[in-house]
Amino acid sequence: MLGQGFVAAAAISASVLFILSLGGLSNQEKAKRAVWYGIVGMAVAVFFTIFGPGIGNFWLMVPMVIIGAYIGYEVARRVGMTEMPQLVAALHSFVGLAAVFVGLNAEMERARVMAAKAAGEATDGFSAFAALVAKKAPDELMFLQVEVVLGVFIGAVTFTGSIVAFGKLAGKVDGKPKKLPGGHMLNATAAALSLVLAIVYLSGGGMWPLLGIMVLAFFIGYHLIMGIGGADMPVVVSMLNSYSGWAAAAIGFTLSNDLLIVTGALVGSSGAILSYIMCKAMNRHFVSVILGGFGGTSGPQMEVEGEMTAIDADGVAQALDEADSVVIVPGYGMAVAQAQSSVSELTKRLRAKGKEVRFAIHPVAGRLPGHMNVLLAEAKVPYDIVLEMDEINEDFPDTDVAIVIGSNDIVNPAAQDDPNSPIAGMPVLEVWKAKHVFVSKRGQGTGYSGIENPLFFKDNTQMFYGDAKKSLDELLTKIE
Amino acid sequence: MEGEARVAMTPDSAMALQKLGHECAIETGAGTRAGFSDAAYEEAGVEIVKTAAQLWKASDIVAKVRPPTETEAKRLRKGQTLISFFWPAANEELMNLAASKGATTIAMDMVPRISRAQKMDALSSMANIAGYRAVIEAGNNFGRFFTGQITAAGKVPPAKVLVVGAGVAGLAAIGTATSLGAVTYAFDVRPEVAEQVESMGAEFVYLEFDEETQDGAATGGYAAPSSPEFREAQLAKFRELAPEMDIVITTALIPNREAPELWTEDMVASMKRGSVIVDLAAEKGGNCKLTVMDDKIVTDGGVTIIGYTDFPSRMATQSSTLYATNVRHMMTDLTPEKDGVVVHDMEDDVIRSATVTHDKEVTFPPPPPKVAAIAAAPKKEAPKELTPEEKRAQEIATFKAQTKSQVTLLAVGGALMLLLGQIAPASFMQHFIVFALACFVGFQVIWGVAHSLHTPLMAVTNAISGIIILGAILQIGSGNWIVVVLAAISVLIATINIVGGFMVTRRMLAMFQKS
Repeated sequence: MLGQGFVAAAAISASVLFILSLGGLSNQEKAKRAVWYGIVGMAVAVFFTIFGPGIGNFWLMVPMVIIGAYIGYEVARRVGMTEMPQLVAALHSFVGLAAVFVGLNAEMERARVMAAKAAGEATDGFSAFAALVAKKAPDELMFLQVEVVLGVFIGAVTFTGSIVAFGKLAGKVDGKPKKLPGGHMLNATAAALSLVLAIVYLSGGGMWPLLGIMVLAFFIGYHLIMGIGGADMPVVVSMLNSYSGWAAAAIGFTLSNDLLIVTGALVGSSGAILSYIMCKAMNRHFVSVILGGFGGTSGPQMEVEGEMTAIDADGVAQALDEADSVVIVPGYGMAVAQAQSSVSELTKRLRAKGKEVRFAIHPVAGRLPGHMNVLLAEAKVPYDIVLEMDEINEDFPDTDVAIVIGSNDIVNPAAQDDPNSPIAGMPVLEVWKAKHVFVSKRGQGTGYSGIENPLFFKDNTQMFYGDAKKSLDELLTKIE
Repeated sequence: MEGEARVAMTPDSAMALQKLGHECAIETGAGTRAGFSDAAYEEAGVEIVKTAAQLWKASDIVAKVRPPTETEAKRLRKGQTLISFFWPAANEELMNLAASKGATTIAMDMVPRISRAQKMDALSSMANIAGYRAVIEAGNNFGRFFTGQITAAGKVPPAKVLVVGAGVAGLAAIGTATSLGAVTYAFDVRPEVAEQVESMGAEFVYLEFDEETQDGAATGGYAAPSSPEFREAQLAKFRELAPEMDIVITTALIPNREAPELWTEDMVASMKRGSVIVDLAAEKGGNCKLTVMDDKIVTDGGVTIIGYTDFPSRMATQSSTLYATNVRHMMTDLTPEKDGVVVHDMEDDVIRSATVTHDKEVTFPPPPPKVAAIAAAPKKEAPKELTPEEKRAQEIATFKAQTKSQVTLLAVGGALMLLLGQIAPASFMQHFIVFALACFVGFQVIWGVAHSLHTPLMAVTNAISGIIILGAILQIGSGNWIVVVLAAISVLIATINIVGGFMVTRRMLAMFQKS
């Protein structure tokens, strides 16, 4: 058994390692080292806690850790990069559920200790967390209850919210926003009821009000995320990431564990910043994303004139052959069609011919922040030709060919031209300034937002219809 | 007209014109030299008129190739439309005369260079023919093959052709010369045409010269005069090339100016005996000063210089077909209803530009077309320059605003903390300090994360949020079996989270490769 001093020292080093681990993600090369900091930090934290004071039941804990590690390893090994959003959402739900359980446990232990105290029994016999609780003063116990409520509530919202997000991202639940009759009033009512139950619980209501809060929070998580559509998922996933952190922090307060608090706060703020960045990239307020659907428009949208012109693989191949600079704009459609390796092959061949090929990534392309980067990296596209929106937007006028693969709203000129468009003001990739634009798209339909895209009707735009992977493979046969 | 073999209407175009609701008539024998007999016209439903004078009297619309002579211009009357080449900048008197007669004159040479008007661009049609014919004419006067051959009777080197000016005529010449097998070089002051030149199979002659290069788009696809330094560099390059070249075709013209001298006498002197120069700019004084307009000369050094100006007319059948088609397209635009009624729409960009007299007024020069000929490189909007004082004032203002909001935030936060401190136990406040600092560190650190690494960031934060396992570990030793079970499940799923999260992050990061 290690003493409390060891555990505290381990907590400090683990905290520092976690901070270094996050900070190291500032560039690709450092990141490879940074992830080891995180792993070592976690190992230190777990090891010293296990062998710290007041821990028991190793016979149960060790197998659990081994089984969990095996499952985690297998999942991580098997998951495809296109399924990354689902995986992240699923893992969030675990954190949420664990937070709920730990919170409930804390309440049970508290009740047990209180009962023992009330009966006038000695409190020395308690083990583990109960022993800690037994030492607490009454006002500390009061705060403990507040923390438990917060931990359980946030954890429960994270749990069901993440499960719904997982379902939507995996295509198991319809991606369209759905609300029960009553809409946000239901959420508000549930939240108000939770508050009432919290007061009941704090004034000595015992276990049942807490379970009630849990059930209500489950409902809120479910209903809230059901009401948000597929394209807003980057915000949702990063928001749930944030929640899972706050849940951990709340539990940290309950257990008086600084390491949990620090880590929870780090994760919480990280998710919050990511949500902020995503919202900014869509020019929308966080609240309006969470409340679901697009904001009201102030007038009729511009009529789109002209017609879409189609082009076949030969035409695209010829234009590519003549082009010197090519910019590829991937979107969720590329992920759906699993076309990233074809895109990579195309890039390789064009680069071999001495053409400049670059990628333009919109911050909300895909279903997860940075989703496109990961897919392209998987397909072995070098990361130094994958650029952000701000880096590449002003280069479009000098670009010969822009290829849009499976993205729609993020290249919609209406965001700049039409003040009445629902996406007005959203920063977009200005592909239409390139000399030729080819849009690889399944059919003539509109994107997620249901907005007509004037880009498709422009004179320099030609539609390359068909499944992205098939079209690109056909194109590859024409380019040697 | 003397020496003009072209004609503005062919039997084919006449049939198309009749479909537009027009009746067609032609002077007898007008098409003979272009290979169209009166009989062919009659078959196409064209009325043959004995003399030109009768034709002028009978027609509402007169289409011809060359600008009208003075006599012809005097025949114009109110309401009549004349379609022909006109060269309005050079023929001001003629234009005034036509205007005073009240006739509408459409100059085929004034059709703007925009995509929509390409079908009526007679200048391009004629330039195309001139470029082709220039090569043929050169070959006619050149004593060797164009293509290199190795025969039983010895080896023949390929002819080397230099085309100066890669406009429509230049490109046509390049195409013809390369397809005859010559090694072709081309030069133009607009470096962006290098691509077109190379696509035609010639080698573009680059100058090593740093100056803001010309953007041909700004001048409607025509070249503009260049700076003296540039000219020097250009001539030096030509001097270097002159002794090697067998055939030189110069096509450099600048709108409404005398042709620039590009091929100097010393270059001609340095050329090999038997070489040929075709100067397509002869009409405007020639790119070579030795050129004699409408004639062919041989210098003392044995270099033939061809200064013909009637290349299109020398291929009258071809040029008449193309010109007649251009005229027909113009007529199509003039009769939108296809009922034979001419609607002269001065709002139409193309018609407006081509019209030089209308309603007794001279309408030349036209206003600049609304549609730019070629997409011009957009000028960057210069951000508004602020004076140092303004900048400073702005900075101070933002600084003040920031200070204000920060101080307010701190004050409110501090007050809240104070309140919390009043009711919360000391141990809680200790943890709270840690929490607040950790949030702060988190915010500072995450801003530095690269956009492209957001997915790994989510995965790694996911993994470390599995730290919740500590809570479960702390509780698993409890005496209450429900607590133990719940804690055990928590340990299980938190471990999945930790291991899965880190593993997947590592997998992702390993994929990021530099090129």
